[in-house]
Amino acid sequence: MSVAKPVTHDSGRLHVSGTARYIDDVPLPANAAHLAFGISTVAHGEIVSMDLSEARAAPGVIAVWTADDLPFANDVSPSIHDEPLLATGTVHYVGQPIFLVIAESHLAARKAARKGKIEYKELPALLTVDDAMAAGSRFEGGPVIWTKGDAAKAITGAPRVIEGRFEMGGQEHFYLEGQAALALPAEGGVIVQSSTQHPTEIQHKVAEAIGLPMNAVRVEIRRMGGGFGGKESQGNALAVSCALVAHLLGRPAKMRYDRDDDMVITGKRHDFRIAYRAGVDEEGRILGIEFLQLARCGWAQDLSLPVADRAMLHSDNAYNLDHVRIESHRLKTNTQSATAYRGFGGPQGMLGIERVMDHIAHALGRDPLAVRKANFYAEATDRVAPAPETGHESFPDDPDVDLVSRGSETMIRTDAKIPAAEGFQTTPYHMPVEDFILNGLVAKLEETSGFASRKAAVDAWNAANPILKKGIALTPVKFGISFTLTHLNQAGALVHVYSDGSIHLNHGGTEMGQGLFRKVSQVAASAFGVDVATIAITATDTAKVPNTSATAASSGSDLNGMAVKAACDTIRERMADYLAREHQTVPAKVRFADGKVIVGGDEMSFAEAAARCYMGRVSLSSTGFYATPKITWDRKAGRGRPFYYFAYGAAVSEVVIDTLTGENRILRADILHDCGTSLNPAIDKGQIEGGYVQGAGWLTTEELVWNDKGRLMTHAPSTYKIPACSDRPRVFNVDLWDGQNREDTIYRSKAVGEPPFMHGISVFSALADACAACGPNWPDLQAPATAEAVLAAVKRARGTGA
Amino acid sequence: MTDIAFLLNGTPVTVAGERPTRTLLDWLRDRQGLTGTKEGCNEGDCGACTVMVTDDQGCRALNACILFLPQLHGKAVRTVEGLTGPKGEMHPVQEAMVEHHGSQCGFCTPGFVVSMAVAQKNGATDHDDQLAGNLCRCTGYAPIIRAAEAAATAPVPKWVDDKPARSDGAAPYAPGSADELAEWYAAHPDAMLVAGATDVGLWVTKQLRELPEVAFLHACADLQRIETVAGGWRVGAGVTIAGLRLAMEAPHPAFAELLRRFASEQVRGAATIGGNIANGSPIGDAPPALIAMGATLHLRKGAARREIALEDFFLDYGKQDRAKGEFVEAVTIPETVPDLACYKLSKRFDQDISAVCGCFNVTVAEGRVTAARIAFGGMAGIPKRAAAVEAALVGKDWTLATVEAALPAFAQDFTPLTDMRASAGYRLEAAQNMALRYFHERAGAPVSVLEVTP
Repeated sequence: MSVAKPVTHDSGRLHVSGTARYIDDVPLPANAAHLAFGISTVAHGEIVSMDLSEARAAPGVIAVWTADDLPFANDVSPSIHDEPLLATGTVHYVGQPIFLVIAESHLAARKAARKGKIEYKELPALLTVDDAMAAGSRFEGGPVIWTKGDAAKAITGAPRVIEGRFEMGGQEHFYLEGQAALALPAEGGVIVQSSTQHPTEIQHKVAEAIGLPMNAVRVEIRRMGGGFGGKESQGNALAVSCALVAHLLGRPAKMRYDRDDDMVITGKRHDFRIAYRAGVDEEGRILGIEFLQLARCGWAQDLSLPVADRAMLHSDNAYNLDHVRIESHRLKTNTQSATAYRGFGGPQGMLGIERVMDHIAHALGRDPLAVRKANFYAEATDRVAPAPETGHESFPDDPDVDLVSRGSETMIRTDAKIPAAEGFQTTPYHMPVEDFILNGLVAKLEETSGFASRKAAVDAWNAANPILKKGIALTPVKFGISFTLTHLNQAGALVHVYSDGSIHLNHGGTEMGQGLFRKVSQVAASAFGVDVATIAITATDTAKVPNTSATAASSGSDLNGMAVKAACDTIRERMADYLAREHQTVPAKVRFADGKVIVGGDEMSFAEAAARCYMGRVSLSSTGFYATPKITWDRKAGRGRPFYYFAYGAAVSEVVIDTLTGENRILRADILHDCGTSLNPAIDKGQIEGGYVQGAGWLTTEELVWNDKGRLMTHAPSTYKIPACSDRPRVFNVDLWDGQNREDTIYRSKAVGEPPFMHGISVFSALADACAACGPNWPDLQAPATAEAVLAAVKRARGTGA
Repeated sequence: MTDIAFLLNGTPVTVAGERPTRTLLDWLRDRQGLTGTKEGCNEGDCGACTVMVTDDQGCRALNACILFLPQLHGKAVRTVEGLTGPKGEMHPVQEAMVEHHGSQCGFCTPGFVVSMAVAQKNGATDHDDQLAGNLCRCTGYAPIIRAAEAAATAPVPKWVDDKPARSDGAAPYAPGSADELAEWYAAHPDAMLVAGATDVGLWVTKQLRELPEVAFLHACADLQRIETVAGGWRVGAGVTIAGLRLAMEAPHPAFAELLRRFASEQVRGAATIGGNIANGSPIGDAPPALIAMGATLHLRKGAARREIALEDFFLDYGKQDRAKGEFVEAVTIPETVPDLACYKLSKRFDQDISAVCGCFNVTVAEGRVTAARIAFGGMAGIPKRAAAVEAALVGKDWTLATVEAALPAFAQDFTPLTDMRASAGYRLEAAQNMALRYFHERAGAPVSVLEVTP
């Protein structure tokens, strides 16, 4: 079987030879137009006048369009139609597209885009969560509050109360390939290539914009140069612009953002402020806890509601909270519209509770890991919680709502019945936790990482070193797998077997580097018992598989792998049926293995089997479909089983800080992660290593800075610092937990895209540990832990700082 | 004027009719269809556009996005497409990257493999430094380093052994010597001199500026020498940061270590010390160290030459003591500066611009401070000496108490700004703490997180 083997990335040879093609590499017809946006220079203002004559007169300019030139929907929102492609009347952030330049070259378009003369009447801008709270500027009206038990009462009755509040910054995706799209005019519509995680979303928005049904729009994407959530909705504006030009001017059009434009225009990870109040016993067990989560969502709703929901959904992380109240404010500000980013709010919620664990341990003078373990959920047993009866999700009132987008989460309720889960611990959203493995996993990691002895060594080292201090921490991850918008948990596939035995594979998932195409090709190869090289992996195409969900929420291989398997199984059964009849045996006796098909006593190559079936007029093409079972979710009530299962893991990070400057670095990382039965251990390990470093970047060097006019000052890699090569831990041990998914997922594997990102939290916790080694006080480290933030925390620990 | 001529993946090419500020990256992608070389940031910070450039100084990795076509005259350029052999054989670094799962999304990969191929050809195994200018967002770098290590000992494929094109005739837009430059520049005082283009490149790619008349300095071979002179080294303005770093390793290891953290391999291979000084950046990295060392600047206008202390060159933000038509010809660095320490503070260790760059050179004789040269970047509108701090130290006993007593003087010397790199308060405090670090380091205490092992 191909599954579970460390096969290399399907595009590896193309990547290293420079022949892997991305949108910007596609050869264009000679008359192709190139597009660029003219963008707002104020954070909030009414457009008083717009003089675009210089832009129109600039060399190489074909046309300049404003909102008035758009024939149909002027909207690129993935949620509530609040995001015009081009601004109308009012601008809401520095960087908002106002006009579109269509020119003969990329450079000509960029140059002309700076020649618009726009006068604004500036309006007060809400830039911070404090501004927005003071103004009551929120999405969804008021806050969302979920409760379990009676947190206030439990806290009041607790022996100790720990309170705090901290800030965590957002994060720029910094996919190496910037946003890009191109469109070709076609008979009756357009063909779009877009660097998108969500082709169906592009198809939907383009169809709206050109006033044609979805069947007039075909969207294709072979690969992205990184996505990380940043290409779930943020590609809409480029694809729609290109499609409009292709459709209205009848010429091919390409748009790609210059890096600075990309960073200024597009949304990022939501920054959060989290305040907490926990009542604990003397062992550090949480008796009751309240969270206040303030999410800065930016100017448009985008996917902010489900992001903020997922932050709430992960505010327990690995810990059993009997009495809990979570209050979440989704704050509307005059900044970029924050969007999906790996973990989708989960990291923010999880960092909240991990911070609480460190704070409790510090306040009680206890070992942080002991406090964590004291609060862990109970380990899984063989018992299975009753599955909910699947209900119906309420159909949205708005007929134009984008059903395939996570943004449409705004109006969803369900009438599903959620059975009581007697004898199970439940999450704050009342889901039984039945697959918890962290007690065992953490024990194993403690042992393999030598945690206890290294912690003692760190203490000894610190005692001997007055200027440099080390810190070490172990943090766990429990991450919920499924789209919280239940109906998105579906996928389709299309598989063809040709008469020469070669196999063509297509599905709704997109490849952004995560190795999805390789994994599903392994699934297909396993189904037919052929070598993985037999499978041709083709571009994702809305004309082949329709109504796809975004490749997001770590769901890619879970959903598409199952859909592909279903399609392959259908074809294989047809082949088995036919070959069995031909050989006068039964289908059960037809075996597909090692590139051969064994029928009774006869053996033939898979190619011969395919040819025979073709001659026998057997259909060798099939679709496949999958819908995740067992899940249901009422986000208004905060109740249900939003997740099919949880993915688990834990990480140990060891760091060193300089108490004079706050400079810091990771010395060593040890990670043990649960991928179920891995579909491809090499790819999964790659996700874990990469996720850890990206998560560490979020919490250390990656600082987004806006000035007091709302202008993003860190708008290029010269000022926004993702981890570089030497920032990775020098000792970097990654192992996969030996186990299988207890749910019936594709070959019992588990999703792996997002969960390892949160291992980066161990770096933050270790840095806090190092700061705490500098003095008796709570260092109150803020995120990101830049050198400046670390130095401030060192001073607080010593009692010499604010 | 001749056309621009160079070798591209082993084949001679000539370029005519392109403006002098056409970047190699755009030309490769738009005109040659060589789309393997990627645009990631268009400002020399991500390395996705890395190409191999070979000339008489050897083989370097450079960022094609901020490399102008005239700079390539007479050289050899090899792109990722040219790493694969004539019969489709993979280069050892390509093979290793596949086998070690070194690519995920693949977009940064061409830049990485070119950087790795350059390092492999040069026998360089300091992989973290060699690859500091290549950003990867997917892998966390671990598999890439495994691949670099695996390929390090493989034979260098013969097809990447470029012999630079022999140039018939002068390089376009490029004077061939310092004398020629001096004469031309005196006659064209409003022109712009472009050395490595690692900053000017951004004026073109980011600010979209139309440059005035330009002259490229790379053909002035006589500006690229490091000569031994009485009491030190005279370093030509055209010496690259990479070249300077190499020359400084033995005599001035602290300075060399600072230069190791100067941008990235790709930028160090292009940027020159003259450009770094003449540019007048308030941060600068090399100037604070050179000021602390007591370097002398050599300026030239036409036939007239003058020398000034480097610190006197920087007058105010964006303003230098340089007349129209005058250019930086060289800088003289003292032979020995045994007490030099250089501290670069930035958000990220590698390939970042300093928030604060502090360089200390305090001479102590018989327990007393006899002289002090302390200079900072990032603390004012110019690289600047900490005169008040120096005054507070000189003549005192070299003790922690002396250093602590001098700390308030930093506020007399500097009124730093708050920006995206650091707050004013942090800058001031970090600068003061660097003085403490300097004291402790001289006393033998471990002070660098970069030297700590798990």
